[in-house]
Amino acid sequence: MIPFEYLRAGDPAEAVAAVAGRPGAAFLGGGTNLVDHMKLGVARPDLLVDVSRLPLDRVEETGSGLRIGAAVRNSDLAAHPLVRERYPVLARALLSGASGQLRNAATTAGNLLQRTRCPYFQDVTTPCNKRDPGSGCSAIGGYTRYHAILGASEHCVAVHPSDMAVAMLALDAVVIVLGPAGERALPLADLHRLPGDTPQRDTVLEHGELITAVELPDLPFARRSAYRKVRDRVSYSFALVSVAACLDLDGGAVRDVRLALGGVAHKPWRAALAEEALLGATVTEEAFRRAAEAELAAARPLHGNEFKVPMVRNAIVATLRDLAEEGR
Amino acid sequence: MTAEETAEETAEETAQVSAQGRAVGTPSPRVDGRAKVTGSAAYAYDRPVDDPVYAHPLQATIARGRVIAIDTVAAAGVDGVLAVVTHRDAARLADTEDAELSVLQSDAVAFRGQFIGVVLGETPEIARYAAGLVRVEYEEEPHDTELRADRTDLYRPERVNEGFATDTDEGDVDAAMEAAAVTVDQIYTTPMEHNNPMEPHTTVAVWDPGGGFLGDARLSLFDSTQSVHAVRSTLARVFGLRPDQVRVMSPYVGGGFGSKGMPHAHNVLAVLGARAVPGRPVKLALTRHQMFSLAGHRTPTIQRVRLGADEGGRLTAVAHEAVEHTSRIKEYAEQTAAGTRMMYAAPNRRTAHRLAALDVPVPSWMRAPGEAPGFFGLEVAMDELAVACGLDPVELRVRNEPEVDPESGRPWSGRHLVRCLREGAVRFGWEGRPAVPGTRREGRELVGLGVASSTYPYYRIPGSRAVVAYDGRGRYTVRIGAADIGTGAWTVLTQIAADALGCPLGAVSVEIGDSDLPRATVAGGSSGTASWGSTIVAACRAFRHAYGEDPPRGAEAGGEMPRDPDAKRFSMHSFGAQFAEVRVDADTGEIRVPRMLGVFSVGRVINPRTARSQFIGGMTMGLSMALHERSVLDHRTGHVINHDFAEYHIATSADVMDVDAVWLDEEDVHAGPLGARGIGEIGIVGAPAAIANAVHNATGIRVRDLPITPDLLLH
Ligand SMILES: Cc1cc2nc3c(=O)[nH]c(=O)nc-3n(C[C@H](O)[C@H](O)[C@H](O)COP(=O)(O)OP(=O)(O)OC[C@H]3O[C@@H](n4cnc5c(N)ncnc54)[C@H](O)[C@@H]3O)c2cc1C
Ligand code: SF4
Repeated sequence: MIPFEYLRAGDPAEAVAAVAGRPGAAFLGGGTNLVDHMKLGVARPDLLVDVSRLPLDRVEETGSGLRIGAAVRNSDLAAHPLVRERYPVLARALLSGASGQLRNAATTAGNLLQRTRCPYFQDVTTPCNKRDPGSGCSAIGGYTRYHAILGASEHCVAVHPSDMAVAMLALDAVVIVLGPAGERALPLADLHRLPGDTPQRDTVLEHGELITAVELPDLPFARRSAYRKVRDRVSYSFALVSVAACLDLDGGAVRDVRLALGGVAHKPWRAALAEEALLGATVTEEAFRRAAEAELAAARPLHGNEFKVPMVRNAIVATLRDLAEEGR
Repeated sequence: MTAEETAEETAEETAQVSAQGRAVGTPSPRVDGRAKVTGSAAYAYDRPVDDPVYAHPLQATIARGRVIAIDTVAAAGVDGVLAVVTHRDAARLADTEDAELSVLQSDAVAFRGQFIGVVLGETPEIARYAAGLVRVEYEEEPHDTELRADRTDLYRPERVNEGFATDTDEGDVDAAMEAAAVTVDQIYTTPMEHNNPMEPHTTVAVWDPGGGFLGDARLSLFDSTQSVHAVRSTLARVFGLRPDQVRVMSPYVGGGFGSKGMPHAHNVLAVLGARAVPGRPVKLALTRHQMFSLAGHRTPTIQRVRLGADEGGRLTAVAHEAVEHTSRIKEYAEQTAAGTRMMYAAPNRRTAHRLAALDVPVPSWMRAPGEAPGFFGLEVAMDELAVACGLDPVELRVRNEPEVDPESGRPWSGRHLVRCLREGAVRFGWEGRPAVPGTRREGRELVGLGVASSTYPYYRIPGSRAVVAYDGRGRYTVRIGAADIGTGAWTVLTQIAADALGCPLGAVSVEIGDSDLPRATVAGGSSGTASWGSTIVAACRAFRHAYGEDPPRGAEAGGEMPRDPDAKRFSMHSFGAQFAEVRVDADTGEIRVPRMLGVFSVGRVINPRTARSQFIGGMTMGLSMALHERSVLDHRTGHVINHDFAEYHIATSADVMDVDAVWLDEEDVHAGPLGARGIGEIGIVGAPAAIANAVHNATGIRVRDLPITPDLLLH
């Protein structure tokens, strides 16, 4: 048996201290990603600090929005009445992910910090810079169907697989982090990194930093929001590409918009250029298309995933069109 | 024997059981259903055994070369590790003819993932952990795993699977193509696929050395297999034992789809492990990852199909040439184009098979080997011909219906393809099909309908024997070493026995899945019901002949599978027509299949409940083949990189919508005493083509390479 220790943390501070004090330690949420990685030899923590039963399992109104505990299960979050009413994009993103059983186990923090599904990363018999820095990137020149078209580097072309994170990014979520030095609030947009030459680091978090909550600001027009996930089969598959969108219309023009993309980059991708192009634009398919193309001008697809560029474009157009029609 | 005597014997042997039939034809619930849904059915790995040892394999991480050093010291030193067996110390096998089964006999590596050792531990976790500590050094040689039609080393195998001729050539295809008013000449490809039964390949092996002399040893296995007797005879040969020294038990099997039709390397590895810890049961379950290199797969195919026809769509030429792979160490030649030989009437016909021997794991049977990939090529080509001729695809097929088998010239025992097509067209609402591809749009969806033909040969494999015994208190026991891999065979055999004995269903128990039972042939080639069922009928008749209606306690009689004289006089095949509706998202290219219908002609249906499940199961697997399944072989490493269920996509429940199957009410009077031709595989044949043809009808895009994924349909 691969030896490791297990500790059920009594409170967040104890959890932080336990992990921060030991380089080989890791937090354990629902374990649906980490435990798989332990079986595959991708992760070899010598201490698991279980944070899934900390009292971080509530969804609360904060006056200016919603505070989601880090241990809230994906299925509970998706079913929460306030989430369904105010942030339908988030409920839909959650329900489009994984399977019922996995969502029952998966936690909010674990979902944000799940690692890439790049098959080479998950197969310890192949080189991978993310798993084994400096060993090379097997995906480049290999099977790239699920890989990045934006923001990749020659060291890593993996994508972040979470659906939930894409919706939260569109909602301007803020991540609350507790570290040995205290608490800090980090915009979700700054949590995940691009690979650069250190693809082994998915996020800006330091070892021992614990996510305790995610805060969603009040965003009234998010009541008209949608998540569109394009995939190879209807259920139980990761996004080829996905789009999270919230749309606020002023007559025939775009008053405000939030747009984020999944399946395209090493992090959930905020489509800032497209948002900019949309502000004030007249609601037409043509305008949506031009906005999508503005975002995708920087796309650098790999051999084998060129299709993602038109697929994202079409998915953006379709999502915005459906939202605009909903509003009429 | 005079001709007259032969005819008489034939008449008796093949007399149909229908006359007194009561259970046959009824939807009896599965005899094993309760045990399965309550979880009390003990599959091979679940069998409680005393003091088990767990095996974890070591696998090569190169695709070709040799093992030059293997350091097992750290692994062997782990607490709870009993042995680490490698090629250096594994028992020598008596027969190494079959290179797939010649496990740990040398330092050579022939494909990535091949066994190079096994760790035996007190728990699965210990064995797995210790396996991770073994260090291996290789001398790597360049490998080659890429199948291409332009390879210069393609060769012509002696024969293809099931003993079919490799090539056939009738008339002059080239001249006929030249002269034809309408032609289709296209390349179709199907990918490497893996069987992936739900239950992995598992074996529990116990080696009892007896007095230490090989002739006294006993080997017993609980194994997940489609044929206990094939496992027994093969392992006996490989280990130099007499068959009576080996016992194989396999009461429940969680699917096989052909991958458990013959023993694979893991059986040998488990026994090698068992020999290292004599007397203790060694349990081995392949992981899902390991199944992608060790339990067989469907070869990728590259098929060139040429059709020539007159303006009316009457075929003048049919050519089907397949290129496929095999492993360098063992030949398996899929009969991809064989089904084309008998399918449609055309004076000029050619088929051919060429192989590339690559550094890949050994390919093998996967549900409807040959027909499943081959009818993607042929039936999409037929759809292309219909478009080229401006004909309805159903009508095109009707026009090319041959009166006799074009290949053998024999009459059909019962070919009702046209009835299946017409019946299906009515039931499916075929007349509402958009005549012009890409013209029906509902909301954001493009809608289309497609059709394809199915066929599967009637196989009945001689060699089975059954024994009937009576307990004196109204109960009969029928013994035959058959296998129920989830098909319903166990139930169906019970129905057949009850009718053949003329007693109620509840008075019969059938025992299967044990090599100590009378020998039985493999659950493969959709042959089980016909082969074992006719054997049971023979045994029951022998029993009644000997003991009459009031047998004494302990009465017992046996019978062999009766001969099948009609098989030489008639061309015997099942047929079907498959219809599919698809909806393609105009924005994203995502494909849904809201409706599928199969209409089948298979002779007598013994049990409508289990038959329906076989048909719709096959069609669902065909849907999965059409839209999802693809093993991605990374030619740089030589292994399948999407080797788990998150990455190797199989249709999920949400992908499978309304799948329906019906069948003609018939019996094939030439198909033995049951009049049944077998149903296990035909459901997958033609289903991928029906979907591809519907995709064309919906979008105007012709996809000739499986699987059909959204990116191929993007605008
Ligand atoms: C077959 C399959 C299909 C899937 N399909 C999808 C899909 O379609 N879409 C999708 O979005 N996801 C999908 N998933 C992924 C799933 O969403 C994640 O596995 C899950 O969300 C992870 O949550 P967890 O609580 O189980 O995390 P864990 O496995 O427990 O942890 C994941 C990581 O987060 C760290 N961690 C956990 N909690 C904290 C904390 N509070 N603070 C700091 N670090 C922490 C852990 O140390 C670990 O590194 C799929 C998973 C599987 C197995
Ligand atoms: S893309 Fe990234 S995760 Fe995948 S093999 Fe390359 S370095 Fe590893």
